[in-house]
Amino acid sequence: MSVLVGNDTRLIVQGITGSEGSFHAEQMIEYGTNVVGGVTPGKGGQTHLDRPVFNTVADAVKEADANTSIIFVPPAFAGDAITEAAFAGIKTIICITEGIPVKDMIVAKQIVKSHGATLIGPNCPGVITPGEAKVGIMPGNIFTPGKVGLISRSGTLTYEAVDQLTKEGLGQSTAIGIGGDPVIGTTHLDAVKLLNDDPDTEAIVLIGEIGGTAEEEAGEWIKENCDKPVVAFIAGSTAPPGRRMGHAGAIISGGKGTAQEKKKSLAASGITVVDSPAEIGMTLKKMLETA
Amino acid sequence: MKIHEYQAKEILEKYNVAVPAGIATTTVEETVEAAKKLKEEGASLFVVKAQIHAGGRGKGRTKKNNAKGVILCKTIDEVKEAAESLLGDVLVTVQTGEEGQLVQRLYVTDGVDIESEFYLGILLDRAVGKNVIMASTEGGVEIEKVAEETPDKIVKEWVEPGMDLQPNQARRIAFALGLEGEALKNGIKIIHALYNAYQETDSNMFEINPLITTPDNKVYALDAKVTFDDNALYRHKDLAELKDESEENPLELEAQKYNLNYIKLDGNVGCMVNGAGLAMATMDIIKLSGGEPANFLDVGGGANVETVKNGFRIILEDKNVKAILINIFGGIVRCDRVANGVIEAVKDPEIAEKVKDVPIIVRLQGTNAKEAKEIIDNSDLNVISAVLLKEAAEEVSKVLA
Repeated sequence: MSVLVGNDTRLIVQGITGSEGSFHAEQMIEYGTNVVGGVTPGKGGQTHLDRPVFNTVADAVKEADANTSIIFVPPAFAGDAITEAAFAGIKTIICITEGIPVKDMIVAKQIVKSHGATLIGPNCPGVITPGEAKVGIMPGNIFTPGKVGLISRSGTLTYEAVDQLTKEGLGQSTAIGIGGDPVIGTTHLDAVKLLNDDPDTEAIVLIGEIGGTAEEEAGEWIKENCDKPVVAFIAGSTAPPGRRMGHAGAIISGGKGTAQEKKKSLAASGITVVDSPAEIGMTLKKMLETA
Repeated sequence: MKIHEYQAKEILEKYNVAVPAGIATTTVEETVEAAKKLKEEGASLFVVKAQIHAGGRGKGRTKKNNAKGVILCKTIDEVKEAAESLLGDVLVTVQTGEEGQLVQRLYVTDGVDIESEFYLGILLDRAVGKNVIMASTEGGVEIEKVAEETPDKIVKEWVEPGMDLQPNQARRIAFALGLEGEALKNGIKIIHALYNAYQETDSNMFEINPLITTPDNKVYALDAKVTFDDNALYRHKDLAELKDESEENPLELEAQKYNLNYIKLDGNVGCMVNGAGLAMATMDIIKLSGGEPANFLDVGGGANVETVKNGFRIILEDKNVKAILINIFGGIVRCDRVANGVIEAVKDPEIAEKVKDVPIIVRLQGTNAKEAKEIIDNSDLNVISAVLLKEAAEEVSKVLA
């Protein structure tokens, strides 16, 4: 068991013949992910990395029985690529692309929702269930199969946390990179619900950052519904207001979305909040030992 | 991307949003001429407004002349005085910080009669992934303040994804503002026009504060704060050209040329990190170690010799920097390659000269981290290596002590 991706994943790569898509498709295949093909409009019928290339996602679903898609399409076309996957009946859509206009994402998010699909990202590192499937751009070698679920907006900060967990002897069930954009398909709250329902996840690491109120919403739900131990870190305590800190969504606007506010709210929800990003692993380890 | 009020109003006019007549100027003479022209067209009062990217101009004051950022003038002579007191002075508002912003441009507008003032804003509601129109009868007041003190005075309408603002929604807002008769009709029209302008220009934020009615029932956008979605500028070449580089930090502009994501801060420890989340976390750990971050700098996934060199160049331009922390999590990019890149960058004569008194702490973690540490330790350079984030934090504390 796991969430979102695993042994049942039959993955297609949208944009498989592009440089990013091609590079990461190869890495995912090497990790053992079941990549059943790719989509590049106009290149249908070709073979790439020993996998069939299709003109449309619908063809990939029909002919290769794909159920999951990862998107490496340039930002101007990525919103369209997301909706194409949803229309074709793909139920798990993971969009890596950074820089998609908000207007395109508002529409894409709605279409994904109305088709009963789940969108992860955009502007995210993807999802990995260690030992089963890697559907993303994360370095597979730092992950170990285990019982800790991770949720984070950012790539390298997730790797940092995973590395700490692995060094503490804590493996991971599934790590979900939800993305750093203001409009994302799966929020902290959605991801917490998935991990809470997963019998193989025994503890959760929740990594947030400044901007919006998604972390607080997850915290309030956890307080009422989740009995699993949760450790949280919020990045950006030192970020100035009104500036976008790299991620399009990481901005304190109108005095709202500060790290201090989020930490306070999460702590009030009974979650263990660490101030230092260096203490994520050891804190969870201690909690599990004393539990 | 932020633009000036006068630019925003030019755009709004194209979308049939009524704005008072106005002319942008850069000299006292131009300002006087502009006011004369407005007078010929029927203006009896004038408003001289400083054009800087920060808000709160009306309540702000300039450093030298103690002039307000927005000045109401009854005569052309007063316009001249206002222009003289603002141009070339530095305006400090709640949003500029203490250093303020140099006033290089003015906007002279027709000082129309005001009957009532409202607030109207359009922005993304992140929690639901839809655009929301917010309006309030408390015109001229900061919306954050209204939200805190009298939240019931704010009406909101969420626009369905991919659809226009529906007429019933515009009506509800206009009624909630208490508009009647001709003003109601004009109000509904301007709300639609504003939403269309917001959508068509791929904006992130519209703030019309105030939106006003006149005694003859006209409705105007008296002020306009517009921010575009940077990610959508590729499809609006004309809007991208409105960027005023003189409003930006010179170091940040230089960093953009190198494709580096850099934000200057006021601290003493520079940092260079791959990934935005880890970069913020690194700033936080600098603070926890007793320092203050001098910047945010995300060098992206690559972290090759050129990006590291450019990162050093930018960070070292900031004279407050007393130490530099490089924090790279090498995933697919191996740490040993990053380590070699750092060493090559530090050996560059231009950089070597500047870093001789600035300790550099390099923390490389991930694939081949051990090899990377050996490379750094055997390099004979004034570079301190660390593997764990905790160790890096301790090294920062040590060099600051």
